[in-house]
Amino acid sequence: MKIVATVKRTPQRDTKMRLTDGGGLVTDQIQYEVNPFDELGVEEALVLRDKLGGEVVALAVGPDAVNEQLQTALAMGADRALRVDTDGELDPLQTAHALAGAIEREQPDLVLMGKLAIDSEQGQVTLMLAELLGWPHASFASRVEPAADGSSLRVTCEVDGGLETVDLDLPAVVTTDLRLNQPRYASLPGILKAKKKPSDVIPLAEFELPEAGLRITGYRALPAREKGEMLESAEELAQRLLAKNLV
Amino acid sequence: MSDVLVVSILTGPGLARSDAATVGFGRQVAEKLGCEVDLLVVGSEPAAAADEGAKLPVRRVLVAKHADLADGTGEARTAAIAAAAQQGDYRLLCAASSTNTRDCLPRLAARLGGPMASDVVEVRGADADAIALTKPCFSGNLLQEIELCGARNVATVRASAFDAPPETAQSASIEEVQLSGELNHPRKRFVELQKTELTRPELTEADVVVSGGRGTRGAEGFKLLEELADLLGAAVGASRAVVDSGWMPNDFQVGQTGKVIAPKLYLCAGLSGAIQHLAGMRNSKTIVAINKDANAPIFEVADYGLVADLFEAVPQLTAAIRAAREAS
Ligand SMILES: Cc1cc2nc3c(=O)[nH]c(=O)nc-3n(C[C@H](O)[C@H](O)[C@H](O)COP(=O)(O)OP(=O)(O)OC[C@H]3O[C@@H](n4cnc5c(N)ncnc54)[C@H](O)[C@@H]3O)c2cc1C
Repeated sequence: MKIVATVKRTPQRDTKMRLTDGGGLVTDQIQYEVNPFDELGVEEALVLRDKLGGEVVALAVGPDAVNEQLQTALAMGADRALRVDTDGELDPLQTAHALAGAIEREQPDLVLMGKLAIDSEQGQVTLMLAELLGWPHASFASRVEPAADGSSLRVTCEVDGGLETVDLDLPAVVTTDLRLNQPRYASLPGILKAKKKPSDVIPLAEFELPEAGLRITGYRALPAREKGEMLESAEELAQRLLAKNLV
Repeated sequence: MSDVLVVSILTGPGLARSDAATVGFGRQVAEKLGCEVDLLVVGSEPAAAADEGAKLPVRRVLVAKHADLADGTGEARTAAIAAAAQQGDYRLLCAASSTNTRDCLPRLAARLGGPMASDVVEVRGADADAIALTKPCFSGNLLQEIELCGARNVATVRASAFDAPPETAQSASIEEVQLSGELNHPRKRFVELQKTELTRPELTEADVVVSGGRGTRGAEGFKLLEELADLLGAAVGASRAVVDSGWMPNDFQVGQTGKVIAPKLYLCAGLSGAIQHLAGMRNSKTIVAINKDANAPIFEVADYGLVADLFEAVPQLTAAIRAAREAS
């Protein structure tokens, strides 16, 4: 099975982003990592490859800096890396077009993607890509079971009312949720090997993109909550909640 | 003039509370644009929901009815909404944020060739060039101001951030959407939906939520929280740590990647308040936290905090509330 796992560079998961006076993002001193949900996708791709044979390609859209995250994917065990090179900001639909261009060249059986990137929190590129390719998708996967011949997948999805199961004939797009797996750490030999693995770059200009339809115009802090009150005992807490008609 | 279409993906016989709130959002945009709001109900048995929708302040209710929409796949729902979109001239297509809508609206946006905003919490403005909206970003840590500039635009909406409009006296007209052939993707088959058995109110609909974290040590501590929840008529929620441990079902998770809620009262115990958890509950009206660590970040957002062992404090709290109620 040939699998593409997409990788986005996002600030480390517990980073508290701050604003400049002008409402921009403070970006110096921020450590980046592979978007946690994409990391789950890379891990699942490796598990499927090791079960069924084949190849895992880590794919990203972005500037040089993203090579760091592609190296992480290679160090985890991906076979090669592919980056669509762009310095500019793309909106989700443009990103989906760039990914679709690369995927049409690669012709994988499966694309694994995080259900969400923890920076923009849009969760759109995944299904936009599936639509552009005309492929079926499964969202929020917590379990992926391939058929023995590798031609289809049974996917369990975490949905609002419980767990939904669907069957997909490949090729397809699957998005990952938190409980899909426990991503491995890159080992030291893995990191050394990664440096020698093939890594290609495609200029963005090779693909036709629509005009950007989404503009980001600024950032704002969350409205502050009033400072709370610390109580001494459960009895006192009960009295307070009763007095305020909260219970 | 191009209008607003509010989409309701039905999961039961009637509309959800969040659908009416999304009509409230749609009306805010429409008032700025001077256009109309239509409602689309999508399902296999949509008649009752359509009648309910006709009482909302909308121009007309479109009804997309098809057998493939019973346990609808995202692909089938995308096809149904795209067909409905042809029956009007819509500048904005929107729906309450849920796993169902997140599983189809990005596909719809790509099909329409337009941009999308996810989890909108505010309408800042709308004119001929752009619809200006606000949404959370960075694990709910900041708000992002965005503009949708497409000819057709798509959005999912945080229902808890908008008020449902009052019902109207006259009812809107009801029109059927023409759907032909199969809606499902030929390479995808629905197998089953394992529904979580609910014995208490649903998390996103409840006025009071009692929630527990890893500090509950599982069933032992949750039993205490459930007693309190039953006394208060509350829903039960959990942190990721609890769900990962298999102590509670996946759809009890509150947070960035679980449910985002804003009840009147959120009472939690043994839960540290990681930023991803706060993203799901920080807009609750009143937050109460019980934690044995005085430095737990949950206290930074709590209106009332108690530094205590939950195994002692929760039963005491339940007993004190019960005693006060019996006395009155
Ligand atoms: C990409 C990503 C997405 C995530 N999404 C979510 C999400 O949607 N929702 C979510 O909740 N988390 C999410 N997380 C996980 C989050 O970062 C935390 O790990 C998680 O919320 C911690 O759960 P907890 O508070 O129950 O456990 P802990 O952080 O371990 O806290 C346990 C707390 O219990 C207290 N305690 C222990 N014993 C007692 C006692 N006897 N009495 C009173 N207090 C006690 C401790 O002092 C501690 O504060 C996500 C993480 C990532 C990386």
